Amino acid sequence: MYTLEGKKGTYEVVIGLEVHAQMLTQSKLFCSCSTTFGKSPNQNTCPVCLALPGVLPVLNKKVAEFAVKAGFATQSTIARKSVFARKNYFYPDLPKGYQISQYELPICQHGKLTVDVEEEGSQNSGKETKTFGITRIHIEEDAGKLLHEHPEHRSSDSTWVDLNRAGVPLLEIVSEPEMRSPQDAVAYLKKLRQTLIYLGVCDGNMEEGSLRCDANVSVRLVGSKDFGTRTETKNLNSFKHIEKAIHYEATRQIEVLEEGGRIVQETRLWDPDQEKTYSMRSKEDAHDYRYFPDPDLLPLLIEESWIEEIKKSLPELPDTKKARFISDYQLTPYDADILTSLKKLADFFEACLKDYKQPKKVAAWIINEYMRLIKADETMIESTLLKPHHVSETLKLVDDGTISGSASKTVLAKIFETGLSPKEIIEKEGLAQVSDDRALEAEIDKIIANSPKEVERFKAGNDKLLGFFVGQVMKAMQGRANPGKLNELVKKKLSA
Amino acid sequence: MTELYDLTIHELQDLLKTKKASSQEITTSVFQRIKSVEPRVQAYITLTEESALAQAKLADEKISSVGAQFIAPLFGIPIGIKDNFLTEGIKTTAGSNILNNYIPPYNGTTVQKLLDAGAIIPGKLNMDEFAMGSSNETSFFGTPKNPWDLERIAGGSSGGSAAAVAAGECFASTGTDTGGSIRLPAALTNLVGIKPTYGRVSRYGVIAFASSLDQVGPLTKDVMDGAIMLQALAGHDPKDSTSINTPVPNYVEGLKKLPKDLPLKGWKIAIPKEYFVEGMDAEVSKATQEAIETLKRLGAECREVSLPHTQYGVPTYYILATAEASSNLARYDGIRYGHRKSDPASLVDLYKKSRSEGFGSEVKRRIMLGTYVLSAGYYDAYYIRAQKVRTLIRQDFEKVFEENDVILTPVSPTPAWKIGEKAADPLKMYLSDIFTININLAGLPALSLPCGMTQSGLPIGMQIVSKHFQEEKMLQAAYAYEQATSWSQMRARL
Repeated sequence: MYTLEGKKGTYEVVIGLEVHAQMLTQSKLFCSCSTTFGKSPNQNTCPVCLALPGVLPVLNKKVAEFAVKAGFATQSTIARKSVFARKNYFYPDLPKGYQISQYELPICQHGKLTVDVEEEGSQNSGKETKTFGITRIHIEEDAGKLLHEHPEHRSSDSTWVDLNRAGVPLLEIVSEPEMRSPQDAVAYLKKLRQTLIYLGVCDGNMEEGSLRCDANVSVRLVGSKDFGTRTETKNLNSFKHIEKAIHYEATRQIEVLEEGGRIVQETRLWDPDQEKTYSMRSKEDAHDYRYFPDPDLLPLLIEESWIEEIKKSLPELPDTKKARFISDYQLTPYDADILTSLKKLADFFEACLKDYKQPKKVAAWIINEYMRLIKADETMIESTLLKPHHVSETLKLVDDGTISGSASKTVLAKIFETGLSPKEIIEKEGLAQVSDDRALEAEIDKIIANSPKEVERFKAGNDKLLGFFVGQVMKAMQGRANPGKLNELVKKKLSA
Repeated sequence: MTELYDLTIHELQDLLKTKKASSQEITTSVFQRIKSVEPRVQAYITLTEESALAQAKLADEKISSVGAQFIAPLFGIPIGIKDNFLTEGIKTTAGSNILNNYIPPYNGTTVQKLLDAGAIIPGKLNMDEFAMGSSNETSFFGTPKNPWDLERIAGGSSGGSAAAVAAGECFASTGTDTGGSIRLPAALTNLVGIKPTYGRVSRYGVIAFASSLDQVGPLTKDVMDGAIMLQALAGHDPKDSTSINTPVPNYVEGLKKLPKDLPLKGWKIAIPKEYFVEGMDAEVSKATQEAIETLKRLGAECREVSLPHTQYGVPTYYILATAEASSNLARYDGIRYGHRKSDPASLVDLYKKSRSEGFGSEVKRRIMLGTYVLSAGYYDAYYIRAQKVRTLIRQDFEKVFEENDVILTPVSPTPAWKIGEKAADPLKMYLSDIFTININLAGLPALSLPCGMTQSGLPIGMQIVSKHFQEEKMLQAAYAYEQATSWSQMRARL
């Protein structure tokens, strides 16, 4: 259990996360503008998302489908009727002067997520399975961006407004305050991110901000039933920062309390350079958002038949996939965990098995070699020149003795670089395995002739020197010798 | 001889079809009329004479190439547009300083529909600022005068829309009606004003006041023209989520198929007792009673009914409408378009000064009211309770409609009042919508039509209300009455 020691006792941390996930729709939430990232400022805008006078929102139905999918994946209750509400406040990145969100009747409620949390101090041994509640999932629109420097002429005396992001659909996923350690929070977020990626709902890119996380943190003495006053920390754009920020914030709060102070309910900002949180605004100057149902939009009604349709279209989720890999392919839980960590990796694995039904060999190669080649970069899986059929072809060549196991690694690494076929690489690099008796014997004879002392000692009974001769021949043949054949022939020659 | 500008749309259509008049002659007659009376009436904020004449020239060319008999009912006819309808390339102010120089990059759905039907836009019509008012006195651009008495208001908020048609400065106009803004000015200027069912006409491209109440409709010289205009405006719009996808009947045919003898035989007309209140103008009351007698002679059975929650309409309306308005008007922040304070000291200063300078006092009053009723701690007591009352008001109507075809009431408790008479007393002003507001709360269609004149020559109107999406019924009842009387043939003399 994660606890922090203070002078007055031992504290525990109470954490809840609010996650904003940009949905992978082609168009925005209430207009048909593109959601493509990286366009020049205000290119992806129209009268609706610029909030010109007279415009009205029309719901992008795909968004409701995505929200329902996320609801299913988190075992949430899916509301047959949910309502869009206006959240009113003034800011230049919010063109309408209100954000369309959901308030009293969100699309999903009462969900949960089961995660495996690394137990502190026992990195190898302990993973504990925990379940964290999800209070609600709702749909809302993103705001635009303010640039304090003009993207082209770099004058910094004005603030510039880019509304490309304004109106991009978000899912806000709010957890219960049920996490008790930074590790809990990270494990929850990783699982949530993995699930959203599996669903195709969000690309999970935290650096570009398509997945954003705010942490509600409070502390209390162990055994206390009441929650402490919480703060909300923003700007957490990596798992490492989330872990550090929660730890920092908990420690800071304990210090304040131990010095007789009280925690102010406020929004704080994580500074990743200083590794500290700073107060942004306190509850006293918090907005009164004056939520009310948006009269421009009808309640979102979801028909039973549509829910069933979505349910059928749900992809296999990480936990199910992992279980299937263990039972169908006899993989270890550890290997199955790695292979299902990324949906694209799991798909790659199964594509390799299509023409090559040796899951353990494929799994070993992916985990030991492939992961290193792609540097755990998910986007590489699709962009690389190395395709699943290359893997099955190469491993088959090991099985039929054309190349050695160690040469296969070289072959696949070269395909990764060049995109050539295994045969082309083998030929080009001269990696074909030598099984021909005469060719092997010729090499063995040379080694024997050059090593009279070792021959003598072997004949005197030092059996261990067999390995020496095999190794020397292998070295001379740059690893291309068929190891079984070589062993056999070396023995035969030495005993002759 | 009757001048062209005095005619109705259907009369002009006959002239166009028989080539007795051209669109250019009609349009020119309107602009001549504008030149002679507009300085006194002040119905327009923007005039677009040049483009209107160019449109008319094109219309005539098309008429001669396609054949006059094939033209659509509005083809080549100048229709004035209220200045809260977005018009591409034409300044659109909503009567406010905050949009003083705003030129939209797109046409709203209804404007596009009118253009597609061949209508000509002579200009943009004056209105209460953001349609908030009953007398058009809150406009940043002055107050239109009632063509029947230039010392009096033409009603609001579609005051310019009413004054222009009544003065012969266009043949029909568009209006918006949130609490009576089409029907009240129509009644005070001897016109037919239609507020369709909520959801019947698209709101896309119309500057919002209160989204759940706003509805677009026409102001015309008679019922037939009202049917023609409604036909052109109505229909589902995928750009407006609250617009309803239900077929639009042929309203003009609906009028023509009414029997000549006893056209209202078998009709049951409900007269709600709560709409005949003490303090109501005696002449208005008398005119309405006489109209009831006329309807009985036309075959209708008129009976007293009760709409028990009537008295709660005005307070309910001023909670819901202002709440929505406070949010709808947040976009006028001086950031992307519209009036902006120069050299602001800070972002907050920019917001405060731009909005303080841009909005007039009635708009500010309503933004404050609306902000208040949505605030934490007051939301349940005001907004939620008002929504509940709104449901009760709607149920009152539903009950009456179980046994009746239409409901008949007065439109305004008084004829047109003097400019300035109520301007200093917002409560008094709010009460002028007492007979029209509940129709918006219930989302029902209603029309206002001329039913009398005071001794001093001021028009009196009555209101006919139908069930949801049964505009055809109220048009038929109104048409039958109009055929039996001569009120809507009277024109203001200027």
